[in-house]
Amino acid sequence: MKKELIELRVNRRTHEIAIEPNMLLLDALRQTLGLTGSKRGCDDSSCGACTVLIDGTAMLSCTLLAASCQDQEITTIEGVSEHGSLAAIQKAYGDWGGAQCGYCTPGFIMTVKSLLADNPNPTETEIRAALSSNLCRCTGYSQMYEAIRAALDAERKGIAAVR
Amino acid sequence: MKSRALLDRAAEGGCPHVRLQMSDFSIIGKATAMVDAAEKTTGTGKYTDDLALPGMLVGKILHSPYPHARIKSIDTRRAERLDGVVAVAVGKDAPNPFGILPVGHDEHALALDKVRYVGDNVACVAAVSESIAEQALELIDVDYEVLPSYFDPEESMKAEADLIHENKPHNIEKDYHHVFGDPEKGFAEADQICEARFLANEVTHAAMEPHSTLASFELDPHTGNLGRLTVWSSTQVPYYLQHKLSLVLEMPMSQIRVIKPLVGGGFGGKSEVIPLEIIAAIAARKAKAPVKITYTREEVFWAHRGRPRTIIDLKTGVKNDGRITAVKARVVQDGGAYCSYGVVTILYSGALLGALYDIPNIQYDGYRVLTNKPACGAMRGHGTVNVRFAFESQLDELAQKIGMDPAEIRQRNLLQPPCITVNGLRVQSYGLPECIEKIVERSGWRERKGKLPQGHGLGIACSHYVSGAANSIIRSDMPHSTVNIKIDRDGGVVVYTGASEIGQGSDTMTAQVAAEALGCSLSRVRVVAADTDLTPIDIGSYSSRVTFMAGNATLRAATEVKKLIAAAAAKKMNCAPEEVIFRDDLVCKPGTHASEQAAPAQDPRGLDGRERPSPHGTENSATSVSGRVEGQILRGSLQQKRKEEGPKDAMTFEEAVVAAIDFHGALTGTGSYAPPQQARGGKHKGAGVGPSPAYSYSAQVAEVSVDEETGEVTVHKVWAAHDCGRALNPVAVEGQIIGSVWMGMGQALTEEMIWKDGMLMNPGLLEYRSPASVESPEIEPIIVESIDPEGPFGAKECSEGSLAATIPAIANAIYDAVGIRLHESPFTPERVLAALRAKKNSKPLNLTEGVDPTQPDRFREHGGALWFKGKGPRRHELDPARSEAPAGGAD
Repeated sequence: MKKELIELRVNRRTHEIAIEPNMLLLDALRQTLGLTGSKRGCDDSSCGACTVLIDGTAMLSCTLLAASCQDQEITTIEGVSEHGSLAAIQKAYGDWGGAQCGYCTPGFIMTVKSLLADNPNPTETEIRAALSSNLCRCTGYSQMYEAIRAALDAERKGIAAVR
Repeated sequence: MKSRALLDRAAEGGCPHVRLQMSDFSIIGKATAMVDAAEKTTGTGKYTDDLALPGMLVGKILHSPYPHARIKSIDTRRAERLDGVVAVAVGKDAPNPFGILPVGHDEHALALDKVRYVGDNVACVAAVSESIAEQALELIDVDYEVLPSYFDPEESMKAEADLIHENKPHNIEKDYHHVFGDPEKGFAEADQICEARFLANEVTHAAMEPHSTLASFELDPHTGNLGRLTVWSSTQVPYYLQHKLSLVLEMPMSQIRVIKPLVGGGFGGKSEVIPLEIIAAIAARKAKAPVKITYTREEVFWAHRGRPRTIIDLKTGVKNDGRITAVKARVVQDGGAYCSYGVVTILYSGALLGALYDIPNIQYDGYRVLTNKPACGAMRGHGTVNVRFAFESQLDELAQKIGMDPAEIRQRNLLQPPCITVNGLRVQSYGLPECIEKIVERSGWRERKGKLPQGHGLGIACSHYVSGAANSIIRSDMPHSTVNIKIDRDGGVVVYTGASEIGQGSDTMTAQVAAEALGCSLSRVRVVAADTDLTPIDIGSYSSRVTFMAGNATLRAATEVKKLIAAAAAKKMNCAPEEVIFRDDLVCKPGTHASEQAAPAQDPRGLDGRERPSPHGTENSATSVSGRVEGQILRGSLQQKRKEEGPKDAMTFEEAVVAAIDFHGALTGTGSYAPPQQARGGKHKGAGVGPSPAYSYSAQVAEVSVDEETGEVTVHKVWAAHDCGRALNPVAVEGQIIGSVWMGMGQALTEEMIWKDGMLMNPGLLEYRSPASVESPEIEPIIVESIDPEGPFGAKECSEGSLAATIPAIANAIYDAVGIRLHESPFTPERVLAALRAKKNSKPLNLTEGVDPTQPDRFREHGGALWFKGKGPRRHELDPARSEAPAGGAD
């Protein structure tokens, strides 16, 4: 298939890439841009390991055409770390055992980011509902709830300290 | 920084000389983030599929569409002519057989003359892109002669002709018949006997990372031809992979390097050599270019190697005082088309009837049967899970018959360790009594059992598992784990271990054990793992062996290095080497350790208010590495300084290391571990499987509710107490307990491999129904520490033992809730409804073909229907599966 030039804006940087028009966003990120943090866990949008934010909304990059994401702000797991250090949610996932094998973790963190952007103080039920878009086979999810709570606490304290 | 300050205070003599309490640990026992956590949470960590090499080709595998067929011919010419295709590999490119067990070398990387399941590997295309490789697959012409196939293990056992493997009569891979004690006498003494058939479902690992392998050859500078091979693979067993590659490719092991990048979960699915790992190397050799093959999710399901569907005919006798007098089990496992770990699985099923309770008489008849489905292999709780479901359910029935509380009947049958069970298993540390006490207390068992509203219930069950097999797959005197440690003048500790991190925390455990033994901070320790060129042999991450065996090897290696440092430090401090204390990045004389050892401030409560240690690691771990670089750079001035100072009471870790290197030369140490002879089991045929240097124990209470209208079972909470010897990293131990219980709940309620004519009906994560977060209950992990006499710091298994108890705990809770005793898992709404109707003597619903799941009698392929061989419902006349021949036979 003949390649076309498209412009993707990923993690606040613009990339001009030549892709076959049927290329999926996940493949463009992983293969063309070398951003391998987003994972392929299934082929049918059932596992959520490829979750990225498109204009702030959690989307599955394995079932999006890369070409359809032009002019949108794409955030991948590589864009989550803040100023070169771990974001509160990343630190908390490590501390509380929210990540074991780590393969689903980037997808979960993107989902959590999108949840917290919409709802900064979610109840446990809301957290469970939001995380249901992603699958994990290691943790049984329990330690993720603790991590999310801890991250919220840390951020709250961080904000309090600044004030 | 902290250690420096302590040292200064010690030198000044200005602090109280607190006597070091050796029962305290500075690294282990504290919740610690995994050493690779940041790689995982930032997405920078590399898994196999994240790797790429210049000129790398994509490999795609052609799979068999038939469950059982002879290959008459394969023509790859049309595929090879397609632009972009570099090579097409077939069976005869590497015809040597292999298999994970020495007795089971029955697989070929690519089929030679026969395919034995839908999905069997036939050919592999290496091409410049995935889409071209996929197109090429369609251009490979294979001529098959379809053979009769076998899907039901009990039918398969009657086969006389068209055997799946010619050398396996009646399609029986292996059968074992064990008698320990006198079962007949035992049953004669029993006051109550229960006998029933249980059917347990086939489940698969479904690790989030699909299998992936990248293989690349180097050119040999001397011959100019392909030379050494490097393979990056998602494996739990790099050493076995190196061994099997050597066998199939006919290359010396020294010419093969296997590197395990991050692995996205295994659960046993990557604990043997999966054909794609060898196919990638064959294709790379033929294409003369690096080849990467990554399975699609559907291919992962076909590759399978999960827990086999199991038919268990179980008979147990008890006396009125609750004591078990005898157990008789006949177990038939639907093993799929190849041996895989099958011989071990069927042996574990029998052997692990022992070592949990004191059972004086055991009869076991196990049959591992071949069928035309993907091979089953090892899965978390290998061999024990399905039989444990049957046993613990039956024990509950017996408790009810003799009018005893289900928790109490378990307490009446405890072992009295140290002991050797009737089937030759040595039990030392035994935390089961405490596990039962803890869950009875935490769940409010005594107050709540039997008193919950209709439809709600509590169930109890126990389980156990090995901390590594005492006999390795390949019988030899080779140590099971070897670890090297190197410390250089910078004070950095590098641990080289073959143990495979697959997400369970292997690398973190290794770093913790080394840091604890050397008394240094965790951040000093770097773990280099699972690279056969760099790391000494470790047989892999399976049967929960890593903490016990690699942990012990690490401890021994660290102790060896520590002796060297102690000898040098003792000279500087005018004391005996064995008196020297290593702690908190200090090396000091006895009585001078300045540490005040106040436990670091913790935030001890989790979300639920239950106490847990802080996960934030040790306070001093991050600070002390950078402070003392002069030890390495300004050697001369440091020596001068030391001369001026004269003998001292304490040194920093770097100073001691520099002194030791000056004294001995390089600081290296090696430790290895082989299980002791006394732990290796009895002498009977098959005695090699089951023995372990230590067993973990688990007891669980599940609280469920059953909707009697819909048949839906909801698990509300599981209390799981697990005896892990000692929790080296509590946050990791809790994670393993929760993960095991959760996976057990999946098998109990929703997960099942559903087959129709040898075709998998649900090869996707949604259809397979791995539970999502809304379906997952609260799980309260309770750590019990029995301090094993041989484990590293007393530690033993924690990753598998809890799984098996969850299924019967839920089954028993369903009985408590609505009075139905389900003998067939998973406990789907259809089965619950059918059982409820059977209990009320109502007309059975035809959802499960009229079979009562409380008394199942026969194997059913698809959750209830006998589809195959004309026994199923009438098919459309154009349906190719309608005839007697298997689907697609008309081609």
